[in-house]
Amino acid sequence: MDRRHFLAGTAAVVVLPLAPAAATPDAMAEAIRKVIGMATPIEGRVKLDVPPLVENGSTVPLTVSVESPMTADDHVKAIHVFNEKNPQPNVFSARLGPQNGRAVIGTRIKLGDSQRIIAIAETSDGKFWSAGADVIVTLAACLEEAT
Amino acid sequence: MSNILVNAPKTARRGDVIEIKALILHPMETGFRPGPNGRIIPRNIIERFTATWNGAEIFALDMSPAIAANPFVSFFSRANESGTVILRWTGDEGFAAEHRVDIAVE
Repeated sequence: MDRRHFLAGTAAVVVLPLAPAAATPDAMAEAIRKVIGMATPIEGRVKLDVPPLVENGSTVPLTVSVESPMTADDHVKAIHVFNEKNPQPNVFSARLGPQNGRAVIGTRIKLGDSQRIIAIAETSDGKFWSAGADVIVTLAACLEEAT
Repeated sequence: MSNILVNAPKTARRGDVIEIKALILHPMETGFRPGPNGRIIPRNIIERFTATWNGAEIFALDMSPAIAANPFVSFFSRANESGTVILRWTGDEGFAAEHRVDIAVE
């Protein structure tokens, strides 16, 4: 392999993870469709905090925060979180409103494999905002037998 | 009530945004795992968590089997009036639990 081909090859590898829609497995895409209909989520306003590398997939801390004044005219109505490779694509759906003051939710989730997590927020103007994060899991949840 | 742990301020100033954290003991059995006998352990999860402030719903969360065992939830609320926050968990096999927090707003 000469230098030119090598460089072309690495470029392709680097570019791949940046194509979001294509990397999304069908089940997650379908679950997202069910929630947002035909709308296209806009990237931004949502911050998804999840550790990039976790040792134990059975408890992974996750925080979703959405930039919003949370007033009667401009607030976050719902926050949904999806995953690619767990047996089911849904993680949670939360309903919020101006009474919350801040659109921030924290919880702990299970991850059955290394995968991409997507958070989608619906604002009161009917728009959808999204953020994604990749998580590498060394010990997956669900695999160990119950004792 | 020892199986529920809630962290919320007892007092708040009017208009403050306060954080409420809640943890409940629950296996959150996914329904995808085999037990020691090789058979799948039936699903047993909390499906829904809600919070009301003086009876009005302030927060609702639909959970899936992807929520970790002993579900932890934290969220925020504006403190508008003194009153009672009631946290409720409901789920499979008729699971229902409730926790009250009194918050004084000055």
